[in-house]
Amino acid sequence: MAQAQHKTTAVEKKLVGVADVVIAAAQARKDPTIAIPVRSLSNVKFNEGKGMIEMGKGKQARSFFNVGMAKKFMQTVLVADALCELQRANLTTSLREVYYRTKHTIKNSHENTFDTQDESDPLIEDLEVTLEALREELHVRAENAGSVAGPLVLLDDGDRVDCARLGKGGYSVPSIVEPEYLQIKKCTADFVLLVEKGTQWNRLSEDKFWRKYNCILLTGNGQPPRGVRRLARRLHEEKHLPVYVLVDNDPWGYYIYSVIKQGSINLAFESQRMAIPKAKFMGLSSRDPETYGLPRNVGIKLNDKDVTRARELLNYPWFQKESWQEEIKRLLSSGLKYELDALANKDFQYLTKKYLPRKLKEKDWLD
Amino acid sequence: MGARQREISVSEFFTKNRHLLGFDNPRKALLTCVKEAVDNALDACEEAGILPEVVVKLEAVANGGSAPPPSQATRFRITVTDNGPGIVREQIPRIFAKLLYGSKFHRLRMSRGQQGIGISAAGMYGQLTTGKPVQIISRTGAKAVAHYFEVQIDTKKNEPRILEKKQIDWEHQRGIQVSIEVDGRYQKGRASVDEYVEQTIIANPHVKLTYLTPEGETKEYPRTYHELPPSPREIKPHPYGIELGMLLKMLQDTKSHWLSGFLASDFSRVSPRLAEDICKAAKLSPRARPRDVHGESAEALYKAIQSTKIMAPPTNCLSPIGEKAILSGLYQQIKGDFYTAVSRPPAVYRGNPFVIEAGLAYGRGPEQAAESQEKKAIPLAEGEQQQDDHELARVIRYANRVPLLYQQSACAIYKAVLDTTWRTYGIAQSKGALPGGPMVIFVHMASVWVPFTSESKEAIADYDEIRKEITLALRECGRRLGAFLRRRERAESEYRRRDIFELYIEEVAESCNRLKGGRLAAAKLKEQLQAIAKKRTGGEKTDEVLGKDGGGPEGLPHSIIVTPEGIEGEVPVTIAEAPKPAAPPEEAPEAQEKAEKPKRPKGQAMREETTAKGARATRRVKPKAQHKTGAGKPAGTAKTRPTRRRT
Repeated sequence: MAQAQHKTTAVEKKLVGVADVVIAAAQARKDPTIAIPVRSLSNVKFNEGKGMIEMGKGKQARSFFNVGMAKKFMQTVLVADALCELQRANLTTSLREVYYRTKHTIKNSHENTFDTQDESDPLIEDLEVTLEALREELHVRAENAGSVAGPLVLLDDGDRVDCARLGKGGYSVPSIVEPEYLQIKKCTADFVLLVEKGTQWNRLSEDKFWRKYNCILLTGNGQPPRGVRRLARRLHEEKHLPVYVLVDNDPWGYYIYSVIKQGSINLAFESQRMAIPKAKFMGLSSRDPETYGLPRNVGIKLNDKDVTRARELLNYPWFQKESWQEEIKRLLSSGLKYELDALANKDFQYLTKKYLPRKLKEKDWLD
Repeated sequence: MGARQREISVSEFFTKNRHLLGFDNPRKALLTCVKEAVDNALDACEEAGILPEVVVKLEAVANGGSAPPPSQATRFRITVTDNGPGIVREQIPRIFAKLLYGSKFHRLRMSRGQQGIGISAAGMYGQLTTGKPVQIISRTGAKAVAHYFEVQIDTKKNEPRILEKKQIDWEHQRGIQVSIEVDGRYQKGRASVDEYVEQTIIANPHVKLTYLTPEGETKEYPRTYHELPPSPREIKPHPYGIELGMLLKMLQDTKSHWLSGFLASDFSRVSPRLAEDICKAAKLSPRARPRDVHGESAEALYKAIQSTKIMAPPTNCLSPIGEKAILSGLYQQIKGDFYTAVSRPPAVYRGNPFVIEAGLAYGRGPEQAAESQEKKAIPLAEGEQQQDDHELARVIRYANRVPLLYQQSACAIYKAVLDTTWRTYGIAQSKGALPGGPMVIFVHMASVWVPFTSESKEAIADYDEIRKEITLALRECGRRLGAFLRRRERAESEYRRRDIFELYIEEVAESCNRLKGGRLAAAKLKEQLQAIAKKRTGGEKTDEVLGKDGGGPEGLPHSIIVTPEGIEGEVPVTIAEAPKPAAPPEEAPEAQEKAEKPKRPKGQAMREETTAKGARATRRVKPKAQHKTGAGKPAGTAKTRPTRRRT
């Protein structure tokens, strides 16, 4: 990790900049204020040219001498301090550990700096966007919540990892997959298949789907964490592999696909590094039940939340393509959603043996 | 069958139905006995114009073997001593050992007792459970001898049986000592004797009370208010408050010869002219003999009375506690930050005049607040609350100055407290529950006839008129409390504003120093930030807002505010003995000023006969001087007062 040393200084400098804001304001007898980009739908733009969500220019001021913000300001400085400590010691840590590190009782009072982790987590995201530093660069990692299998050789902490020789379980994707931590040594696959659910990933892995179709199987167990998204993006970018996304046929599945493709609203600033604008939606499409003859009784009735969410998606600028409008409207008019697991109704190996081969053959996907 | 039918004596009836009188269980029985004895003592003193001094003594008594600890004991001796006018020898047995014998039932005058059951029922309960007689010592004055009696009730005949009577030497010059041994249980907490004593003192700050607990502790409650409550006058019934049966009885019993005369003389607020009008409306001759009016004509008369417009009854028969005295009582007995009291003007229900008074004590008092601050010094873990405080307000209820300790939820007072929207005044309140917070709500109803829901006098019946008055009084208290809370809030938020900046500056400066690798002049940064903070929070002006201005509780009449810095408002000060308000009754001049002196039914208790006249006259010479109190003067300075008699 020695080579990481010189890169961190940039982030460290940014973090020290927080202190400089306070010091400069104090000298000028002004209220110390940090301008933090707003992380909400109102402050994101869909860049059609690039095909990804970008953060707008909206910023909120967080000032110290404002009763409503004083505590948050103090907490932000504390978190910056803790993150800087990580940089200097060249350690990585979790969100929860940052919370514990910064928690203490304020001198001469009974008040704690933080009462719950819910208070410190958003501040880390605030600093990410404010300092334009990725979470990985801040040395904060998430859980390893993703798996990869396929003809791929990685170098992790000096260990050679051959993802074709890890049995059914595959390699657990770390949350930080930047080149300085994880190098792609060799990749002979033709495409990347990103599956929403671990169960379907297991099915494909068990059936050695990746061997027959020469692909890399990735899963993020639901909404894929940064590590998985970043790894897919790197495979796409560095190895020029097309990325196909396989999710449930419901509004949440659509959104997972859109996050992989265009980036998320909350972390719009990271789209640059995460989004894969060329990713394709393999399924489950609302047309599939008919095409593949799935009986109506394996569908699930859309609940109110599903309907609301689907209507929201219809309005998102990145779902405005005609094919997508049709897709979502078809889901709404059918009133049913289908899980990937429902394919097992026809055969346990239907996904591996029939569904995916036909999809790939027919190039039946949405963009 | 006929052979089995026979008369039931009142005493027999009550031995079987003792729960009706508040002797349901041993714990409550002990309280009821103390309560009846103390009520009687206070009534007697006040009627005689004497500032009451009462000693209540509870002792655990051995029931075979040695005396058990008070918490285990099942038998107690209750001894209550007062400095009242005493009772003449002949009356003693009947007052203490005959049920339904007394001075208070047949008159409309505000007093604690109403029926003449209380003390004799307590005696009978003792007799039933322990077999011991009631022991009485009575002395009517320094020149008289003291008499000692031991009496029991003959439960069949409802007549006293005297077991022992003799003249003795007694160290007190005047007064009565009653001693009863009963089965009971002594337990502290809600509805205990201790609570009763404490609450009695709150509503009767003119009483000096000494309470000797079964545990051998002596609790002294000094007098904090040196004026006797003005003596209530007796009134005749108001026509609206009369029921048909009662009217029939009055028609039979009257001494008037004419119907119009009966109406005019036996009721209050009925003039001779109005009496004629009523007769006319009832289509009865004003000259009719009252005794001849019965049946349908009586009913017609009753209806005519109800439909005639009659002035509300006079209210001088009431003797409210008064705002000053309530404040004084609350302030002395309850620790708090804010006190207020409201006396409503008199109102009428069913022809009975009444007055509602309410008071509030809010907060924990400066000492306790400081204590809880210290407790919080331990750092809190995740999920722990800063202040786990779900305390509810306590309601203390009174009827004619007597605390009501049972059946809270059946009482009109409690219902009115629930119905008041305390949130309007900045107090938390969940739906259908008492308001939250460290608060004591005091409500007193004074009336010539308090409508209780049962004979044991535990809850006030829910009449619309009464409920309305209570609600109005509570609202006024609430408004004042709200004003106080807002004022305090304002000061606190200013204080807190500066406080949090100061606290956070420390954190921010230290963090910045670490970020800069410890090469920062942190002290200088802190100074600079503090300067900005001070400017932002209004600097010197804030100090003023924080309220060391000592400007009294503005806009808050009859209120006391206690802060760690001092006390503002009408603080009662315990001062040296006020001049003795009443001369010993024997020497009192025969001045007579009772306008409507009632024809007493025979068997009137003698204690009244001997004292009442003189007392009324002398009460005019009330001590007025020392009660003006300077704001901010610390309370409880000179507590000791020489007791003249006991030297």
